[in-house]
Amino acid sequence: MSTAIQNISLSGKKKQVSNKEMTFLERLYLIAIVKGLWITIKHFFRKKATIHYPEQVRPFSPLYRGRHMLKRDEQGRENCTACGLCALTCPAEAISMKAAERQPGEEHLYREEKYAEIYEINMLRCIFCGLCEEACPKDAIYLTISKELVPAQYHREDFIFGKDKLVMPLEMAIANSKKQN
Amino acid sequence: MESAFIIEKSIFIVVIFAFTMIMAMYSTWAERKVAAFLQDRVGPNRAGWGGLLQPLADGMKLFAKEEFEPDTKNRFLFFVGPAIAMSTALMTSAVIPWGDKLHLFGRDIILQATDIDVSLLYIFGIVSVGVYGIMIGGWASNNKFSLMGAVRAASQMVSYEVAMGLSIIALLMMTGTLSLKEISAQQTGFHWNVFYQPLSFLIFLICAFAETNRTPFDLAECESELIGGYHTEYSSMKMGFYLFAEYANMFISSTIISILFFGGYNYPGMGWALEHWGVNVANSIGIAALFVKLCFFIFFFMWIRWTIPRFRYDQLMNLGWKILIPLGIANIIITGICILVFK
Amino acid sequence: MAPVLIIFYVLAAITLASAFLTIYSRNPIHSAIYLVICMVSIMGHYLLFNAQFLALVQLIVYAGAIMVLFLFTIMLMNLNKEDEVHKPRITRLGAITVLVLLSTVLLLLFRHSKPFFGDYAPIEGDFQSIKKLGTVLLDNKDGFMVPFEFTSVLLLVAMIGAVLLSKKEKQTK
Repeated sequence: MSTAIQNISLSGKKKQVSNKEMTFLERLYLIAIVKGLWITIKHFFRKKATIHYPEQVRPFSPLYRGRHMLKRDEQGRENCTACGLCALTCPAEAISMKAAERQPGEEHLYREEKYAEIYEINMLRCIFCGLCEEACPKDAIYLTISKELVPAQYHREDFIFGKDKLVMPLEMAIANSKKQN
Repeated sequence: MESAFIIEKSIFIVVIFAFTMIMAMYSTWAERKVAAFLQDRVGPNRAGWGGLLQPLADGMKLFAKEEFEPDTKNRFLFFVGPAIAMSTALMTSAVIPWGDKLHLFGRDIILQATDIDVSLLYIFGIVSVGVYGIMIGGWASNNKFSLMGAVRAASQMVSYEVAMGLSIIALLMMTGTLSLKEISAQQTGFHWNVFYQPLSFLIFLICAFAETNRTPFDLAECESELIGGYHTEYSSMKMGFYLFAEYANMFISSTIISILFFGGYNYPGMGWALEHWGVNVANSIGIAALFVKLCFFIFFFMWIRWTIPRFRYDQLMNLGWKILIPLGIANIIITGICILVFK
Repeated sequence: MAPVLIIFYVLAAITLASAFLTIYSRNPIHSAIYLVICMVSIMGHYLLFNAQFLALVQLIVYAGAIMVLFLFTIMLMNLNKEDEVHKPRITRLGAITVLVLLSTVLLLLFRHSKPFFGDYAPIEGDFQSIKKLGTVLLDNKDGFMVPFEFTSVLLLVAMIGAVLLSKKEKQTK
């Protein structure tokens, strides 16, 4: 087989070009223009690729990494134990937190004895790499379940998301537990 | 009788004016729609059904925009530029025969604002003056890009006017008249001039693209090199006037192409319709036929825009001076020989 | 006053004023634009004579082509006040002398010219139609066919001359 490297076409679209002189018909360009018009008019009648956004929403991929969510377990308790591994692993240093001890009577709120009193993610720094999700030993933080994007804001401060925006809503946790039962 | 004539003509002029404006307005909408459809998109569809109110929204936006003026000593000329562009674009519609005639209120209404003997020359004259709008505006902007756009527009228009005139001469040798009304009256049935003068039509079409500054000859305003060319410094409705003038010009040149080469208001079976359905119905269909033809050419202008890339400046000049003008002269000679042989 | 006369006076005023301003204005672009206005108003005068063909040719050739090229060159050269060449005193003196001499000639001409009284003999035919104009220009019996063709030859010679001149300049560079 004499397949020199120059003759291999990996994409199968390889075309030999030549610098030969154009014939009179080719130099007129009229035929080329008519061909071009034919191509464009075919597109005129083709099905349109547009998604009419507010009415139609493009489905997210199941692995799409969007806005973070701090998970609750089946009983509605927060998973996070404020170990700080997510903050440590974050390449953009977007996560900061403050731990607190669980008081008696708060067992229905927090699963572990230690919980995050303040948990903040700076969405301007975050690169949505998902390393926090991988680092978390308690399955607490997920980027894939919210199926939301971080919305635009007018002020920088508005991009620092606290627990009020990050923790999974209770209704969702209830729905999850119902689904499991 | 005199006053009735004046009233008739005034109403007609107002109607034509409004019609030209509406056509120019909806050409902007059609341009965006056609562009979108040719690129597998849907285009503007929010304002009104299918985006039909989009031109109104655009116009309102342009009126409400802040009016910016560059620091120039020629404020007056800066104002005059768009005014000239707009008025020359609207003046050409005066000599266009929109139809034969209608019989209303006991009198024959000729569907043409004025039938001067040299209407084709009139159009050429107005078009050749139209370039001043671009030149003066571009120069008064006090901006290098605008000046470049103005200079390009001027040389392009002057060069292509020559080829356009030559292409028309061959046609005039056949028709023997400069009056648009007579030219359209000659093309009854399917005796359209395009079948007798295909080369002349081709040259005229190319020159029409160049004269209206449309792609592939939009070198006066190419965004990639001149950031808008002559209207870089314009904002608000002054800018709107320039854009509007471009679309009005496109509408007028489509109309002239359909009148000169595609029979104007004539359609096959017009004589039969005149006999059986009367003057009014037959000529109304004629107006509709002209409208369909000119709409096709407006569409063609847009279609070409999304098919052919812009010419380089030297290519433009080569095409104009070295190809179209010799072709035009050759066409004149061939037509002359044919007329001598066949008549 | 007849409306035609009023139009004539307005047009004449515009023509003269714009012609004067062409010479008087400092900015070359303004001069050129005044000249365009002058040309267009002359077109109006032709229209008053009912000479439509001549009027439109005036518009196409002078206003539409020649003046566009004028403006084009002025824009490209970018003439400013600072670049203005200082003229020596002798040229100014010469200009004044020429003006005085010319005005004496004109004054004498106007004083000794006799106005035409009486009516012109009307000629049959519609002279605004291009058919008539065509026969007058190109008829070889009682038309101006030969001078007309000679003019075109003259234009051709001028064109070839211009091409040759521009070619020569390139070679020396």
